[in-house]
Amino acid sequence: MAFDLQFAPVLDQSPALIRAFWLTIKLSFAAIVLGGTVGLVAASLRVMMKRRFRVIIDFYVETIRNTPFLVQLYIIFFGLPSLGLRMPALYAGLLAMVINLGAYSAEIFRAGIDATHRSQIEAGLSLSLTRTQVFLHIVLKPAVAKVWPSLASQFILTMLASSVCSFISVQELSGESATIQSLTFRSFEVYIVASLLYLALALVLKVLLTLLGHYLFAQRSPRRHGSSRRAAEKGVPS
Amino acid sequence: MIRPFGWPEFLFLLQSAGWTLVLTLVASLLGGVLAMAIAIARVSSNRALREASRVYIGIIQGIPVLMVLFLSYYGLAQAGFELPPIVAASMALSIYASAYLGDIWRGAIQSVHVQQWEASASLALTRAQQYRHVILPQSVKIALPPTVGFLVQLVKNTSIVSIVSVIELTRAGQLVNNVTFEPFKVFITVALIYLAICYPMSRFSRYLEGKTGVYLDS
Repeated sequence: MAFDLQFAPVLDQSPALIRAFWLTIKLSFAAIVLGGTVGLVAASLRVMMKRRFRVIIDFYVETIRNTPFLVQLYIIFFGLPSLGLRMPALYAGLLAMVINLGAYSAEIFRAGIDATHRSQIEAGLSLSLTRTQVFLHIVLKPAVAKVWPSLASQFILTMLASSVCSFISVQELSGESATIQSLTFRSFEVYIVASLLYLALALVLKVLLTLLGHYLFAQRSPRRHGSSRRAAEKGVPS
Repeated sequence: MIRPFGWPEFLFLLQSAGWTLVLTLVASLLGGVLAMAIAIARVSSNRALREASRVYIGIIQGIPVLMVLFLSYYGLAQAGFELPPIVAASMALSIYASAYLGDIWRGAIQSVHVQQWEASASLALTRAQQYRHVILPQSVKIALPPTVGFLVQLVKNTSIVSIVSVIELTRAGQLVNNVTFEPFKVFITVALIYLAICYPMSRFSRYLEGKTGVYLDS
């Protein structure tokens, strides 16, 4: 290459970079936990609701899934204050991430819930379980186990989307890299370092989520272990 | 000077939505060509090609689109390639699209039964002929719904390039907001225009998904 890479000016800024990286981690973690919960609640409510109320959840899911995260962020950060609801950039960013992930994960959970066979529910009811028990133990848990891989990739996408929060001046990893870039003019080096940090975080997250999936849905109860193995034999796509 | 958010501003937004579509089109075409190569490399019999494309997909899917954009805009400028924003934006979006589409299409190619490869090989078709006449026609059917689904993501992610001041829909929204000071109205309108583009695509993707399911069952 015709130019030489100098990482030294960038590495001089490592305390700021590390602080920003930590903020990205915290922001993503909070968004994943809260957003995942919103999605689970939305998907569960949708099943329990009367058909005509489902429109509300469907409206939420479809509008969020079909508009850019950035525009949602702008509506929350710039739009809401004009209606009298003002919040710091960090919380606006978190709120946008939670709302966004909520819609995506609700859709993923819905797919899992819909995949439950009718006969399973009938079997549960015939054992005189209540509707709630049937939903929790027979529908929901296997549904989450089934969609765990897609859920995990959605969580990683949410983590990556946290970079967009820098647009409203949240000093997470991307925002801080832009600042360092304007201080040092070593744009290539800054963004390579930031990209590597994101990449590392994505890989770690993937491994952790896979392990969590094993822990939650396979090892804990031996019964589930058998059923998931049978599912694997049938060639359920992973 | 503060202007009200009226008809001319709305038309400006619509016009800029055209650029959103142009960016999407360019990125899906360039990214598509690249993705095809990646998908085929990913299932190639050459181990080095397989690993290289796997690493490429892993890296691009593991970093934010924003980083790809910054690297191709600010990064390449530092290296002496001063690309105009629209070119850097198209490049970044194409790279982003190539990794995701490549992965989708790899899945589609692999989901064609191995017997199909064996049967076509036993008819003395070359590798290229196998792809052209046997494998690809079948994988296209499988790949179509997720591909359309990804294009929705692509349309939405073009909003990111507003940061290098490419005047697409989101950037236009910012500009209109700067003169009207009506952020709520402006960004809701912007969101509705995105919705008008993306929602039919999502529905189409779901419709195709339903059709493919029937096709696979029969």
